[in-house]
This record gives sequence, structure tokens and C-alpha cells, in this order.
Amino acid sequence: MDLRQEVYTLNLGPQHPSTHGVFRVLLTLDGETVVDATSVPGYLHRGIEKIVEDRTYAQVIPYTDRLDYLAGMLMNWGYVLAVEKLAGIEVPERAEYIRVIVGELSRIASHQIAVGSMASDLGGLTGFIYNFRDREYILDLLEMLSGSRMTFSFMRIGGVASDITDEFIGKTREFIDYFPKNGIEEYNNFITGNEIFQARSKNIAVVSREKALDMSLSGPVLRASGVAHDLRKVRPYSVYPHFDFDVPVGENGDSFDRYYLHILEMEQSLRIIEQALDNLPDGPIMAKVSRNFKPPVGEAYAEVESSKGILGVYVVSDGTTKPYRVHFRRPSFINLGHFDEMIKGWKIADVIAVLASLDIVLGEVDC
Amino acid sequence: MVNQNKDLLAKIAARHPQVEIAENGQIHVPVNHLVDFMRDLRDNFGFNYLTNLTATDYKDYMTVVYNPCIAEQAEMLHIIVKIDRDNPQVPSMVPIWGGANWQEREVYDLLGVVFTGHPDLRRILLDSDWEGHPLRKDYEWETYREK
Amino acid sequence: MFETIFVDAANWLRNLLISINLSPFVVEVFLHVVKMVVILVFVLLNVMWLVYMERKVSARFQCRVGPDRNGPYGLAQIFNDVAKLISKEMILPTHVNKKMYLLAPILIFAPPMAILAVTPMGEGMAAVDLNLGLYYFVAIAGINTVVVWMAGWSSNNKYSLVGGMRAVAQMVSYEIPLLLALVGVIVLTGTLNLNGIVDAQKSAWLIFTQPLAFFIYFIAAMAEANRAPFDLVEGESEIISGPYTEYSGMGFAFFFLAEYANLLVMAIMTTTLFLGGWLAPFGWTFIPSWLWFIIKVYFVIWVVMWMRWTFPRIRIDHLMNLAWKFLVPLAIANIFVTGLAKYFIGI
Repeated sequence: MDLRQEVYTLNLGPQHPSTHGVFRVLLTLDGETVVDATSVPGYLHRGIEKIVEDRTYAQVIPYTDRLDYLAGMLMNWGYVLAVEKLAGIEVPERAEYIRVIVGELSRIASHQIAVGSMASDLGGLTGFIYNFRDREYILDLLEMLSGSRMTFSFMRIGGVASDITDEFIGKTREFIDYFPKNGIEEYNNFITGNEIFQARSKNIAVVSREKALDMSLSGPVLRASGVAHDLRKVRPYSVYPHFDFDVPVGENGDSFDRYYLHILEMEQSLRIIEQALDNLPDGPIMAKVSRNFKPPVGEAYAEVESSKGILGVYVVSDGTTKPYRVHFRRPSFINLGHFDEMIKGWKIADVIAVLASLDIVLGEVDC
Repeated sequence: MVNQNKDLLAKIAARHPQVEIAENGQIHVPVNHLVDFMRDLRDNFGFNYLTNLTATDYKDYMTVVYNPCIAEQAEMLHIIVKIDRDNPQVPSMVPIWGGANWQEREVYDLLGVVFTGHPDLRRILLDSDWEGHPLRKDYEWETYREK
Repeated sequence: MFETIFVDAANWLRNLLISINLSPFVVEVFLHVVKMVVILVFVLLNVMWLVYMERKVSARFQCRVGPDRNGPYGLAQIFNDVAKLISKEMILPTHVNKKMYLLAPILIFAPPMAILAVTPMGEGMAAVDLNLGLYYFVAIAGINTVVVWMAGWSSNNKYSLVGGMRAVAQMVSYEIPLLLALVGVIVLTGTLNLNGIVDAQKSAWLIFTQPLAFFIYFIAAMAEANRAPFDLVEGESEIISGPYTEYSGMGFAFFFLAEYANLLVMAIMTTTLFLGGWLAPFGWTFIPSWLWFIIKVYFVIWVVMWMRWTFPRIRIDHLMNLAWKFLVPLAIANIFVTGLAKYFIGI
């Protein structure tokens, strides 16, 4: 008997439980194996870059929260850093320390989602809940400061919105004591060490060092391929040179490395927060910035290391109170650009696993 | 701040007399020299990582901005290319840096800059039958908020 | 007194019917109808309890409380769930094959019900004491695949189709190690009658004399029952809900409940075949045999739930490799060793 075989297309998304939002990918499948893939982002495009052209410089900050809503602080930071660079504003040191503390807390919270969603996308929902349990601590801390759980709008051009309190410092120290033993160790026992998890992630969708650089990948995805490119180290901004921390680097560039770097980076973030709390200087938390803030004509591009990778913000000023043009270089968007290539030849189940290991947030991809 | 390394800029200026380096380190490159310049940056200066690519509409002309950098090092350049707004064409960087692929598609989508030689220049964020390029300054759209 | 409560009840009913001068044939038919209804009620009650139990167990594993608002300890939650599912519209998409699409959720309950007819749930408590009980079990369990495939194919949806194909591939592959593992049991007990198999375990439970067979059987049965880490057929993070994607309302409720019915059957068969069925361990016969049976069944179910809420999902090719390259050779080796032992030692 002659069996007729043919490939078929599967439209994965935009409504799908595991595409982290409204991402769509057109898969051409041979049975369960991916022959070809075409990513179709854009379902969450809100035109933020266009909207902010009609807002004053300070009014842009809440929009940046909506990019990577899992790490709102880091998104705030990227934008204010670019504007400060454009206008040449010196930020007081205490404000820089507070930015580091809240930024690293935000990074841990974001990495927890990455670790948890990797577990849940592989079918182990329990790991996801464990991460959410610990993430509550951070959200409570940041809520104490900013009054909001995810969309903080906490940073200002020239500083931060409010000073940190003793209660915040005490609770943060409690978290630093609590987290390595009860959080990270549990993730390692429960998720990282699981045989099925390793079988599902090791040697899956390997990205070579050369390819990772060529495709402008960034963040844990780039570092998993062995490139120690962490802006906090290679091109330090803010007060990062004051802190002692390591940049974990992967060896194989597979899904497992991409996942595991998140856990290692959480540990490093804890170290940074601890040092920042120990050496917190006194002083003002805001630079003198005019209420009618008008940066000089020109353009500036600044980058911060967000939890997903390099967040770059390009700001053009025409000397008015509103930015002439703002562009966000979103790490998730550019990391996702390599996704089609990565999943070719793997199974449907791997598509989900690889997507989870890329750790994208659709608010950021679609901007 | 974009680039503290004056030596590097001087070296680039010496090799490429066509480019113009501004006070603040931003490099202005003519379109017709762009591919040679970028290829030279990657092959001989080690700029192996294109971090950002975007464009701006200045009403009577447009600029495309590139930010290549060196992995694991601090160097980052700010390269500005001025192009004609009515015929916005610029060579694609995809053969040099694969990471330009989606960024160029985004710029094409939102600003209508045509990247010649791009392998797959389609809209990426907006619908394929969308009319116009929203980030252009003369783009008309309905708004419910007073401007 | 409690030991024979169900057997006594059946005898009382039979005597009552005979005493009103019904012919023996009519009495037997009537008794069978009563038994069927009892099994139906037993399955439904257990399934409802299992839904609640899974919610509570998973909640405990995930540092949550689980349902606790509806009724005492949230016990009424399942009634609300079912009421919700029943009251919702069962959407009939235009592109489905209507006959098969509607038939599948009805048929999905048939295999577990049919299997439970032959399982002894206490001493002398099998609705039908079938001589080929084990053979019958294996044959009926295979039908499940057909029903799942019916749902997957008739839905005319690619996710459903992939899920249906997975169901066929997975269930057919795991039928073989399952069968081969059971051969060891048959060799040792020398019978296909489930009551006989339980009786043969009076000296030692088969889990101790056939540990390898138990291991293979348990894995294969988990795969047959579509429980994590082998729940590829549903694989909700990959293919939405597999064959059940298109179903809503009552259709979905049937599949949802049938999943637990299958889990129950799987636990009952594991108990019967390897854990001594209704036999009391340590001679603790003060607890009635049927209660022992329930305790063991729920222990197995608890283990299965524990695994589900601990492990991630395995991938389809790993799953196939596990069946064909690991479990099948192991099961054959087990048969060989068991045969040798039987021949030389004569256990």
C-alpha cells in the first residue's frame, strides 16, 4: 500500500495557553516535527512609540511600565537613563542605589516568572506556583515603595519617586535571608534536578556563540551561548561598578542553559541588593529637574541590562517638552527574531519549551 | 558618552574620510558608503554585535540610526545615516548582522524605510494590509485625546 | 458483620424475588440490572470525589488551600462544577462530523463501566465472576483508544487531530508492555479470573513476587490512563486539550469525568493484580475486605496524583522510546525469568 504523506500547517496562537500572551507562529509540520515556522508578532501592538510623541517627557514613564510588565522597574530605568543622558542630568547617588535595589528586585521577580513558566510549559504546573509564591514577597516590597504591584512608574527623570523606608530595608533583608534557602533551593530540587525536565531541555535548540552574536540576542539567551555580555559589567551604568558580582555564563547554549542562567542570576541579584543595602548613602533622591523639562536638541541612545536582555532607548529631542521620537530596543523582540530558526527540526512540544526558554513578554515584543 | 574611545574614532575617521564624526561621538555616514563602512567595522574593528537599529522622520528628511558594539567590551558606536524622505532607501544590514532582520522589518513597518536586499521585507507589527506608516510625522489617525 | 454486608444484601434481594414466585431467569436479570446501577452509582460517586480530591491534593502540593468556600471543606464544589458544565451550551461547530462528535463523549464512559463489572471489590463481590476477567479487561481497555480517536478525528481541528494521533500512538505502544507485564502475573497465578488472581495472592502479594512486572504495569497503565507525566494526549500547554479541544458543556464534562473514571479503573486493576485486591494485610481482618479494597485503591490514586503534580510532561519521541526500547525488552525478560523460576522452583 502506498501511504500518502504531506506536511500540514498548524496555526499556533494568537490564542494559545503557552505562547505567553498573544504571539502567533505558523508551523509547517511533518507529523509532530517542525519543518518550517513563521512568527507573526504584533497582536499586542499599541503604538507606544507613537503615543509617547504626544506626551511630555515625564508622562512617558507609565508607558514604559507596559512594555515588559514583569520587570517594570527596569523598563522605567532604561527610559529615564536615556533622557538623563540626553539632558546631561547627574542623578544623586542615593537615588542610584535605590534604583539598583528596586531594579534587581524586579529582575528577580521577572526571572521567577521565566523559571516558573518554563516549568509550567513543560507540563509541571507546580513549579510555576512555587515561583509565584516567592514572587509575592517582591511584589509586596515594591508595592510598599510605589503603591503598585506591577506597573510601578517609580523612577523619575533625575531620581526616584520616593525614598526607601526602614521597614522596606528590614523586609528586603528578610527576603534575602529567606530566598536562597526556601526559594532557589526548592526550584533546583523541584525543577532543575528533575530528570524529565532535563531530558526536555538539555541539548534542545542549541544556539552557537557565533549565531547568538550575529542575531543580536541578548540577556540570558546570549549568555547561555557562552558570551559574557552583561551591560552591568561590560559597560557599567549607574553605580554597578561599586558592587561585586559575577556574570554567569552557559556552556551549551541549549534550553537548559537558558533556563538555568535565570536561577544563577537571581543569586547574583541578591548579592547586589545586599551590598546596596549595606552601603546605602545618605542624600537627596532627586536631581534638580525643572517642572517644565526641556532637554536640549539632539538625540541619545542608552542601554540597560533588563531581565530579558538589553533594553535600549533612543530619544530624540527637538527642544520642546515632548520627545520628538522615542524608540525602544526591546530585548524580547530581537530575541524572538531567531525563534523560527531555533525550532526547525524539533517537535511541537519543543516549540513551547524553546519559547519558554527565550522568556519573552508580549507587551515588550509588540510594544 | 556614546563612545569614550577617541582613538577608535580617530582610527575610523582616518580609514573612512567620507564619514563625519560629530563632537559627541555620533558618526554621520553617507548612504552610498554605508555597506563598505559597516563591513569594515565588523571585519576589521570587531563590531560583531548590532544592538540597535531604528529611524526617525524629520519631516524633510529621514535618518536611520545604527548602534553596533563589540561583544564583551564597552565599545558602542552611534551611526546616523541621512536619507531622502520621498525615496527612503537604504541598504539592508542583514548580510552583515543577522540581528538586523526583525529590526529592519519593524522600521519598514512603522516608518516606511525600504531596506534594499532584505531577505523578507514585510510588515511585522501591523496588519499586512495596513495603510501608511504610523511613525511618520504626517501620519493621520483618529484620536480621542486632544493633541 | 460489615464484612458481608453487600453480599448479604444481594442474597436478601434474590431471596425476596424468589419468594414472590418470579422465574429464576427474571430474578437473575433483575439482579444484574441492580448490580449495574450500583456500579454506575459507585463510579459516579467516586469520580465526583476524585475531582474534589485532585483539587485538594494539587492545592496542597502547590502551597494552596484549594476549594473551601462551597459547603464544608469545599465539598460542594464539584456539584457546582457539574451544574455549571451541564447548564452550559454544548456548542456544535459546523465543521465537525456530527454523529461521531456526539457519540464520542457518550461512549467514553463505556470501557470503565464494562471493566468494573468484572473486578472483585471485596470477598465474593464481583458483579460478574468472569473466568477470562483479565483477558476481558485488556480487550475492553483498548477500546478507549477508539473513542478518543473518534473525538479527535471528528472534531476536525488540527490540535484535536494531533491529540488523537498521539492517543493512538501512545495507547497502542503501551498496550504491549502492559500485556507482557501481565503475562508474568498469569504465569504465577495460573488463572485469568480476577477473583482467582486475588486468591493466589494470599501468601504474598504480586508486587513482591513480580516487582518488575508491577513497575512496568504501573508506568504503562499511567500512560493508558493519560495521567501526567504521560498526559500527552491532552498536553494542555502544547495542543490545548487534544481531542477535547472543541468540546464544551456536557460533552466536555463527560470527557473530564471519564478521565477520572479511567483513573479509578487503573487504580482498581493495580490493586487487584498486584496489591492483593481485597485481601487484608497483616491479618487485620477486622476491617472489612471491601474497605481494604477502597483504601488500597485510594492509596494508588494518591500516588498517581502525587506524580502528576510533580513531574513535567514527557515528549512524544521519549515516550515511544521508553515503551519500545525499555519497557518491552524488560517485560520480555521478566516473562523469561518468571518462567524459569516457575519451572525450576515451582512457586
